[in-house]
Amino acid sequence: MSPDEIRKSSRLILLCLAALALISMVAFMTLGAKGSWSFVLSFRGTRLAAMLIVAYAIAVSTVLFQTITGNRILTPALTGFDALYVLLQTSIVFLFGAATLTGLDPQLMFIAEVAIMVGFSLALYRLLFGSGRHNVHLVVLIGIVLGGLFRSMSGFLQRIISPDDFVVLQDRLFASFNVTDQTLVGVSALLIGLVTIAIWRMFSVFDVMMLGRDTAVALGVDHKAMTMRILVLISVLVSISTALVGPVTFFGLLVANLAYILMPAAKHRIMLPAAVLVAIICLVGGQTILERVFAFDTALSIIIEFAGGLFFIVFLLKGRVR
Amino acid sequence: MIGISGVSKSYGQTVVIDDVSLTLPKGGLTSIIGPNGAGKSTLMSMIARLLPIDRGTVMVDGLDVALTAGDALAKRLSILRQDNHLAARLTVSDLVSFGRYPYSKGRLTDEDRGHIERALTYLGLDELKHRFLDELSGGQRQRAFVAMVLAQDTDYMLFDEPLNNLDIRHAVAMMKLLRDAAKDLGKTVVVVLHDINFASCYSDHIVVMRRGRLFRQGVPEEIIREEILIETYETDFKVRDMDGNRIATFY
Repeated sequence: MSPDEIRKSSRLILLCLAALALISMVAFMTLGAKGSWSFVLSFRGTRLAAMLIVAYAIAVSTVLFQTITGNRILTPALTGFDALYVLLQTSIVFLFGAATLTGLDPQLMFIAEVAIMVGFSLALYRLLFGSGRHNVHLVVLIGIVLGGLFRSMSGFLQRIISPDDFVVLQDRLFASFNVTDQTLVGVSALLIGLVTIAIWRMFSVFDVMMLGRDTAVALGVDHKAMTMRILVLISVLVSISTALVGPVTFFGLLVANLAYILMPAAKHRIMLPAAVLVAIICLVGGQTILERVFAFDTALSIIIEFAGGLFFIVFLLKGRVR
Repeated sequence: MIGISGVSKSYGQTVVIDDVSLTLPKGGLTSIIGPNGAGKSTLMSMIARLLPIDRGTVMVDGLDVALTAGDALAKRLSILRQDNHLAARLTVSDLVSFGRYPYSKGRLTDEDRGHIERALTYLGLDELKHRFLDELSGGQRQRAFVAMVLAQDTDYMLFDEPLNNLDIRHAVAMMKLLRDAAKDLGKTVVVVLHDINFASCYSDHIVVMRRGRLFRQGVPEEIIREEILIETYETDFKVRDMDGNRIATFY
């Protein structure tokens, strides 16, 4: 396809996606609204904002993670973030009981969780990159091993806490988009804004990184520093999203690969917005269907993981979807 | 001029490059030949700062490659590695545009576009430039990558086995192109080759590596000789003069 055709068709697809995203947002805000509009709008507005933040964070972090690993079936979840989150929650319940977990100031909790998760990944990257070697696959591998460790520790603790505590904990461990705390959403939006400023002018560097280490170095990119920088950005994004709503594993894989299939060319300038829009459609549209069709009977993350799991299997069976 | 002095590289206990000192002259086409595991590709990767150097220095036009900023070096020296696998979906002209990244940082100027068009034409890719890389044959994709290196327009161009995946016609065309780039455009071209006869017919200078060391270097007439090739490859060789070229047979 010529550059003009690519530009035209990507613009068209982006417009369609934006329209769909807008429709799902409007549907989410208005469908089934009863009573005072000002209450409905502010109540649903906060939750919508939380979903937009999560959609953005997951989409951007997954696409960037796949760019630096050169692999389209990896997600940042592999580096042990969600396992660490689960371990944190489990440890609190184990040490102080479920009453403490539900009683904790959510803002304090949020900041502590983000700080611990970002701190953990910074320490991990520093350790790996400081030793002179730098190998993203080593980061992934160690992340998987640590994730396994965290999961086993959580599993052990979950088995020895009281069943009542466990029920409360289990509810926490499914991502839930019923966030109502405006301050949390505000803080997250601010942090996400900072990350966006950091990545705003880096689209063409991301494109070069996509060509792999050797080519990127040959084209004059400081590959090591850039990988480290992108990993830090990813860890901030994933931590915010996890602390806000809980772990969402397959979601990133789903939206990133949908974006790759939909868009004609792989430039980040169009791929990142496309992935974000797909994420908004899935999340907000999915939540609307969940609330209006299934009447809140289940958590959205269950549906996402189910659909994401199916998609993942189809993706693997078909090889590279083209 | 590329000055390599006292360069060594080892992985754990295994020494892969052992104290190599060598000067690659400016201009012309230099071939690096030698058996598998002789360290040809490793040496080339170290020259292009793709691999860290354990000991010794590599200077390109007086710049130490280990200390010079990556983007400054990218305007002087380019390299194409052997296997270039891409997960991303890119067109040929997209790929070639990346060659201009050291200059334009992603915002192409008219001058950049001129370089890209010339590189595409030079490699005979005009017809294919809007095709996606995953729709091309291995040889066509190889040529697209070479076009990217050409668009980078550096004085020094390094190619690690550029004839991989090419049929005879395209292999000959590729070697002619590299020789012409050296001759007409005044570039310094360094290639790692497996085909001794290509090295013999097209090189101005041949470097022979063996067991991680520099074994011999010189003009093709000095290198393509039975006793040297037999010692290098530990295989029987016959060398004949044909139409002014020295041709080695080993079948």
